[in-house]
Amino acid sequence: MESLQIVINSIPYLLKGTVVTLELAFFSIVLGFMVAIFVSIGQLYGSKFVQTFFLLYERILRSLPELVILFLIFYGLPIIGIRLNPLVASIIGLGLRSSAYQSQIFRGAISSLPKGQVDAAYSLGMTKFQTFFNVIFPQAMRISLSGWTNEAAVVLKDTSLAYSLGVIELLRQGTYIIAVTNKPLLIYVICGLIYFALTFSLSKGLGYVEKKLAIPGYEVRRG
Amino acid sequence: MNKNNDSNSSNHVILRVQNVHKSYNGVEVLKGISFIMNKGETKVIIGPSGTGKSTLLMCINRLVEVDSGKIFLEDDEITSAKNVHKIRQEIGFVFQHFNLFEHLNVLDNVRLGLIKVKKMNKEEATNIALKELERVGLKNKIDLYPAQLSGGQKQRVAIARALAMNPKLMLFDEPTSALDPELIGEVLGVMIELAKSGMTMLCVTHELGFARAVADEIIFMEGGVIVEQDPPQVIFNNPKKERTKEFLNKLTKLYGKEENQ
Repeated sequence: MESLQIVINSIPYLLKGTVVTLELAFFSIVLGFMVAIFVSIGQLYGSKFVQTFFLLYERILRSLPELVILFLIFYGLPIIGIRLNPLVASIIGLGLRSSAYQSQIFRGAISSLPKGQVDAAYSLGMTKFQTFFNVIFPQAMRISLSGWTNEAAVVLKDTSLAYSLGVIELLRQGTYIIAVTNKPLLIYVICGLIYFALTFSLSKGLGYVEKKLAIPGYEVRRG
Repeated sequence: MNKNNDSNSSNHVILRVQNVHKSYNGVEVLKGISFIMNKGETKVIIGPSGTGKSTLLMCINRLVEVDSGKIFLEDDEITSAKNVHKIRQEIGFVFQHFNLFEHLNVLDNVRLGLIKVKKMNKEEATNIALKELERVGLKNKIDLYPAQLSGGQKQRVAIARALAMNPKLMLFDEPTSALDPELIGEVLGVMIELAKSGMTMLCVTHELGFARAVADEIIFMEGGVIVEQDPPQVIFNNPKKERTKEFLNKLTKLYGKEENQ
């Protein structure tokens, strides 16, 4: 009974934390997406210099632990005069790291498209730019979607690392409650369930989008 | 047989290819190709694979750049034109593997160039697209996607897509080579109609029946040069070069004797 009361009392705080978690996830994924588009295009179509630059960017970010990236941004940047609040620092850290992964999803999707369609677009008189946005991009996005869903779920779960910068997201709210109630198992299980519910809904939702956008004749048949 | 002896069309030069050379990694694929095409003419290029036939077509709409030589579309030099997109709008290209835009339905495949390149409004573009789709017999398939079409239907959509741009010249790069035998006829039918309607067409194909029916001239290419260039009657019945005869014999053995001789 006592546990039930604790759960009921904690819910508002946990939901408040969940909202912050969702904020973190949303902005990180969007930031990651926008940067990733540039990175993948740069790697595929850029000059030698641009290609090398984006390759280094991607390799470095993929090789560092997320926590190191967050600490570098939050504790390292103030040394050169850039002081960010914990939420913004977390979004940038999570977003940039994700951009490195997302860029590889997009790059793979773009290079998997048959070159013939590009020739066909050129033969109609389309410019490189028109060809990219009307022919390559819409198809590459569809191909990317399943890999991208995975990456979005990873970012959503990794928002818990913002805990370490003092962002009061779901996990930190839970920890505060534990400090008062001394019920770590109960509260962490609830936090876990909330993460599960969020990740599960995200994957389901994006799976639905994927189905909706599937090109007729190419639908993935799901059992 | 020769449909282009009408008075006004015979002297209007649409395409002039002058001494075109092209090498890939030091291997010369085109070793000085020259020919001209008048308005309304259909020419068929035949020859063994690896002879540079496709490369030649791609040079004409500058999907591939020539090393030397000149190509003119009417009076405009294609090979040095700064605005390559403008040139390509005037030349339709039909590919062996159709190359339809897989994410767009039939109507949008045909409309895309009109809307994006010719900047037409949707209504105007739709009207033109429907007209061209009717011409290739696919007006009832406009909502389908490429993956839902047969090879023959795909190729007819590709032809409609190229025609919609109202080109001065149509290039066909082995348009029936990727098709099942029973689907070849529907594509050739469309091409024959097109040739008869006065379109200027340059076709790489080994469909000798098609060549016999509509070609004004057959160009036999081998090893990067034009071996022989003559009207079908001459090429089929009385080729000037021994090599042409050999190649045609091989083709006939492969594809069987033509029925409509």
